[in-house]
Amino acid sequence: MEQYAIEMLHITKKFPGIIANDDITLQLKKGEIHALLGENGAGKSTLMSVLFGLYQLEEGEIRKDGQTVTIHDPNDANALGIGMVHQHFKLVECFSVLDNIILGAETTRGGFLQKAEARKKVMALSEQYGLSVDPDAIIEDITVGMQQRTEILKMLYRDNEILIFDEPTAVLTPQEIQELMTIMKNLAAEGKSILFITHKLAEIMQVADRCTVLRKGKYIGTVDIKDSTPESLSAMMVGRDVNFVVEKAPVELGDVVLDVQHMTVASKHHKNNAVNDVSFQVRRGEIVCIAGIDGNGQTELVYGLSGLEPLKGGKITMNGVDITHLPIRKRLTNGMSHIPEDRHKHGLVLDYTLEDNIVLQRYFEPEFTSPMGFLKRKNIRSYAERLIEQYDVRSGQGPITKARSMSGGNQQKAIIAREIDKNPELLIAVQPTRGLDVGAIEYIHKQLVAQRDAGKGVLLVSLELDEVMNVSDRILVLYEGEIVGEFDPKQVSVEELGLYMAGSKRKEAQDRAN
Amino acid sequence: MILLLQYTLIFASVLVLVALGGCFSEHSGVINIGLEGIMVMGALGGALTMKYLPPDLNAALVILIVILACVVVGMLFSLLLGVAAIRFNADQTLVGTALNLLGPAAAVVLVRAINMAEDINNVSTTVAYGTAKKAFTTNIGSFEFNWFMLVALLVLIASYIVLYKTRFGLRLCACGEHPQAADSVGINVYKMRYAGVLISGALGGLGGLVYITAGVSEWKFENGVAGFGFLALAVMIFGQWKPINIGLAALLFGLFRALSNVYTGFDVLVALNLPNTVYNMLPYIISLIVLVFVSGKSKAPKAEGIPYDKGQR
Repeated sequence: MEQYAIEMLHITKKFPGIIANDDITLQLKKGEIHALLGENGAGKSTLMSVLFGLYQLEEGEIRKDGQTVTIHDPNDANALGIGMVHQHFKLVECFSVLDNIILGAETTRGGFLQKAEARKKVMALSEQYGLSVDPDAIIEDITVGMQQRTEILKMLYRDNEILIFDEPTAVLTPQEIQELMTIMKNLAAEGKSILFITHKLAEIMQVADRCTVLRKGKYIGTVDIKDSTPESLSAMMVGRDVNFVVEKAPVELGDVVLDVQHMTVASKHHKNNAVNDVSFQVRRGEIVCIAGIDGNGQTELVYGLSGLEPLKGGKITMNGVDITHLPIRKRLTNGMSHIPEDRHKHGLVLDYTLEDNIVLQRYFEPEFTSPMGFLKRKNIRSYAERLIEQYDVRSGQGPITKARSMSGGNQQKAIIAREIDKNPELLIAVQPTRGLDVGAIEYIHKQLVAQRDAGKGVLLVSLELDEVMNVSDRILVLYEGEIVGEFDPKQVSVEELGLYMAGSKRKEAQDRAN
Repeated sequence: MILLLQYTLIFASVLVLVALGGCFSEHSGVINIGLEGIMVMGALGGALTMKYLPPDLNAALVILIVILACVVVGMLFSLLLGVAAIRFNADQTLVGTALNLLGPAAAVVLVRAINMAEDINNVSTTVAYGTAKKAFTTNIGSFEFNWFMLVALLVLIASYIVLYKTRFGLRLCACGEHPQAADSVGINVYKMRYAGVLISGALGGLGGLVYITAGVSEWKFENGVAGFGFLALAVMIFGQWKPINIGLAALLFGLFRALSNVYTGFDVLVALNLPNTVYNMLPYIISLIVLVFVSGKSKAPKAEGIPYDKGQR
């Protein structure tokens, strides 16, 4: 019989109105990297919460090394050697790396901390597993990658044998992701058992030995990675075949809808301009993509276009109207729609209901506000219901659901419903698929293409190269606030694009502003 | 000059004790704005104990019993904040404000009731404790040394050690900075927050006692503690929630407060010919100015004031 480090057998967990986990079985072998794959809302988090004793299971059992165990709270889980790197790190920002590692598992003598011993152990672990950290650095001063290594050291310091990584790559740069993959392989080679929660197929293919797939709270199956392809995994996850390639009709170019000339935006972080003398156009019927590595001026460029930041210089014309100095409301009512980069900060009022968020761009129109200034609740409700239906926004309580309680994918769908239903001339979408699963990404890409086919101009800002290559009709590469290249996605390779994005090559765009 | 030093030290002792109390509470994640009320209640507990202690008791014993009384009363009173804020997730600022209203008012009612019970015509709010109070002071030359100065210094040193050198301190600060992180490594956030609030009650009550024994031998409870609870908050913020800095800040504020008592002894200050009230206002004005400049880059514990909810992730 195979040796399992931890087994979760036939786990069922119900919440009012929903079965979050329905007869789910997950068996983690010793020394393997086991991926747990599923879309948002598939029940991955619930399953892990059961394993950590945050929720009590209703049916099924958990076994450690073949023995049935009960887990009432995280301390029980810790005692069984189960540790987790949470998606949002659980680190005290003003503490040092060392203090964070020992917190809760301190060595003391008479109540006094014995940091010297702890430091020795941390340094030894850091050397053994190739986890370079500076134990005295303060968390808020170090990179996300080093924060994550601190979290991993926290688990190792407690001698955890079962390590759970919850969406660990969502916050990392490509290089940091590669480092993490190496670290995970090292850990598995040293006998640690790793559970890797993700919805990124490429990473599973790269490191995992086996993969368990969940869909809508149900157990779909467990497969060996060497017998799988990304296509087969995604079909299991979504329940149907997913098109990785976005289908598009040929471009039918219309008039210029957005004309940006010599736009310059100051930076908040340094003395140089965040956006420096950028000129481009977007025409009806095309998707123009701003590609580039994060932090090269994309955010500021969009802030300048949407009016969130004033321009230092240049001119923006939309549909022939100079909007350079127009207030945000005027830009939005004149045909601009904006799917913002940070949906929590600029996209939604998280403590408002779904219907209030949906009407946020239009509440002032006579349809929704009486001349006396009172809201017409009935109209708002029916409008929200129509959009929820049409865009398949799923939530616990329909229009009166608090936005905060919705899943990321459905929050994004609500924003997209609101912005597209305005019937814009120009749609600005900034990282619209960030943090979303395959099904939601496919849906959003379809919506973008539909807008383009309807003769709207679409400006897409994306950090994902796959998205850039698949969705766009024209690519502008932004590097250090300047456009360093313009490409047709059909005539450029990913590698070539990468060189421009990294700043090692640049050319003047031939037909910029033609 | 010696008088100035003496008053500075005794006022600084009050401020340092109370500010450290606030510091513990805030590091655990609970804003304790009710220090003023806690001080009054602690002072009342101490004053009544001194009043009723037999006059021929050993000085060391008097000190011990009186300190114990005001500490216990302060802790009990602070428990109101603890239960409301930690158990029932009440707004900490509102509960603290309620304590500030309740403390002085309750003290007045209690003292009047006691005075009337002894003498039907006595409706004053004064408690006299002249005899017992002598135990706290001893003269070194012309300098009247108050044992509480030493107590404050010891508490200051102990606070530094507890906060930075012990497991308890590390865990306490984690609860005020990132309670979810603390919880995820098995620390009971609720227990730590109760501990923080109770320590603030103990030190606040003690501070109240020191305030009413600083130089006088009876206290009118109508006067409360004249905003010293709030001054202590200012000291805590000026000290950026760090014990050593709080000690220095307390000395500065204590100096300004002492000036109003002794400025007549300095020819320079008398020559300025300013009205007495200006000196009385001085510490409060200084605290306003200081807070305007300091609070911008404040290093307050990040999670303070936010009730901890285990369910929220």
